[in-house]
Amino acid sequence: MFAQVFEVTVMNLKNLPNRLGSSSVIVVGIGGVVGVLVAILAMASGFQSTLDRGGDPQRAVVLRGGSDNELSSFMNTETINVVASMPGIVEASPELYMVADVPKRSTGTDANLIVRGVSPDAFTLHDEVVIVEGRRFVPGRGEIIAGRGAHVEFAGIDIGNSVKLRQSEWTIVGIFEADGSAYESELWVDLPVAQSAFRLDGGASSMRLRLDSPERVDELAERIESDPRLDLELFGEVEFFARQGGGLTNTIRTFGYAVAVIMAIGAVFAALNTMYAAVVSRTVEIATLRALGFGAFPVVVSVMIESMALALLGGVLGAAVSYFGFNGYTVSTLSNASFSQIAFDFAVTPELLRDGLVWALSLGAIGGLLPAVRAAVLPITVALRGE
Amino acid sequence: MAIIELTDVHKTFMKAREAVEVLMGIDLGVEAGDFVALMGPSGSGKTTLLNIIGGLDGATAGEVVVADANLDALSSRELARWRARTIGFVFQFYNLLPVLNAQRNVELPLLLTKLSGKQRRRNAQTALSIVGLDDRAGHKPGELSGGQQQRVAIARAIVADPPILVCDEPTGDLDRENAEEILDLLRILNRDHGKTVIMVTHDPKAADHAKRILHLDKGKLVQEVAA
Ligand SMILES: Nc1ncnc2c1ncn2[C@@H]1O[C@H](COP(=O)(O)OP(=O)(O)O)[C@@H](O)[C@H]1O
Ligand SMILES: [Mg+2]
Repeated sequence: MFAQVFEVTVMNLKNLPNRLGSSSVIVVGIGGVVGVLVAILAMASGFQSTLDRGGDPQRAVVLRGGSDNELSSFMNTETINVVASMPGIVEASPELYMVADVPKRSTGTDANLIVRGVSPDAFTLHDEVVIVEGRRFVPGRGEIIAGRGAHVEFAGIDIGNSVKLRQSEWTIVGIFEADGSAYESELWVDLPVAQSAFRLDGGASSMRLRLDSPERVDELAERIESDPRLDLELFGEVEFFARQGGGLTNTIRTFGYAVAVIMAIGAVFAALNTMYAAVVSRTVEIATLRALGFGAFPVVVSVMIESMALALLGGVLGAAVSYFGFNGYTVSTLSNASFSQIAFDFAVTPELLRDGLVWALSLGAIGGLLPAVRAAVLPITVALRGE
Repeated sequence: MAIIELTDVHKTFMKAREAVEVLMGIDLGVEAGDFVALMGPSGSGKTTLLNIIGGLDGATAGEVVVADANLDALSSRELARWRARTIGFVFQFYNLLPVLNAQRNVELPLLLTKLSGKQRRRNAQTALSIVGLDDRAGHKPGELSGGQQQRVAIARAIVADPPILVCDEPTGDLDRENAEEILDLLRILNRDHGKTVIMVTHDPKAADHAKRILHLDKGKLVQEVAA
């Protein structure tokens, strides 16, 4: 049985060069589907991994109760002090989160740029933040350090430049990286200077905490939420980032699958057509084999293998195009939770490539099945007449 | 002993929702080792009758016993296996697979056996030398003349050593000279290798090679002529 399948398949595949034109319809159609699918999912996974990278299981974010992002959160000095003195907290960093309009380098039009006011403690808490050019801001001065992404994406965000943020002048003194996380799309300034410049005396938007162990997250969340003096919520940082991007990531993924499904329907019809034509052109050959005693099963399997081989070729090409064309390609987008620009890279991961190839094989199988069955059930005598 | 035994065989096709009775009660016995030519006007049902004998199609009514098998009783899978063992087919247009060379075409029926690759190659070479084409084993059908292609097809038909050769107008596409060679070959296979041959032909000269000539007309075997 295996020998039959093998032999008939080899024969079909040897036949391929004679049908290069019509076969390429499958390759191109399915290649397009896989290329687009992988590219869009790579965008989603790149976006998600940028957000995920900011997450440390030993860190937590405290926001005002009911606000799930920093922009709509505020807390006063007393509150900050109450939280900071709770057991299990190793470091606490109150942070002020503002949004400023700054023109983008690419388009010249204004987009939202996050300005984060931080105390010197923030640099020990966010140990992934490293200055790669220039220096840190000096406390008490109107100085800015800019994330690598903000520097790349926004006009005038260069060392030595001064920028105007909400009526006040600031000077850029350094560029930092933060392990590829969303912080790299931000400007960081000294917290007390920001508080007075933006007239938010003593308050902050959120607190970042470093805990003595990851298990502390749930316990502290419980304590903070049940404290009658506090109207606050605590999230583990990992969960917080996942929530920030979750909506958009899912939207991109859904969009990717929707586009892929629509294209896939077209590709399946192309595959169906091609394989029907292939089967029809070999009606007599297939009937001859069956007259000689070959079973219907090897015929079905071999036609499907041919279809799947073509589809796989398309899938490999599509995946290769999206890998070489898009992997690492940097774009920026609005994070829907905070309405700020986040720069991220397309990530064409091995899982995505594998998924793309699974899609290709499935489409090839669907496209090949009906023609294969037709070839196998057509009565031999009718097929031999070749009409 | 009859190797082919047909009793009151009928065959009806549905054509544009109308039943057309092509075979209307065929009784036929063929002894092992016989060489039968089947003649008759175009559309008289010669191919249909041959297909029924070869187990490619079923009779609508009647009994078909070939090489001790009652074909009606076999499933399509059993029938496929039975054909592989019992019948060698020779077609008017050779029906070789264009992508395979002569050797591989001849080997095809052996893929259905348990023979090793080496055995298959050896048997295919033997079959090719019987038809006089050992030197063309590596050629593809497109590189061979019509007569040579038909000889490859005959090698394919005999390679698994079936007792019966079923030939539908085997010389219908060949010129006189090539036709004579094919007919001689069939006669040798009949005489020296003991194959029972049943051959459809339009050509009275071709039929002269047979030991027995049958005429099919209007759905019946009308006369038997002893050669
Ligand atoms: N599968 C089929 N369906 C319908 N009609 C058929 C089929 N096969 C053969 N016929 C009809 O049966 C008749 C006999 O055909 P055939 O056996 O091929 O004749 P011959 O070989 O003697 O020329 C023809 O009229 C043909 O059209
Ligand atoms: Mg005929």
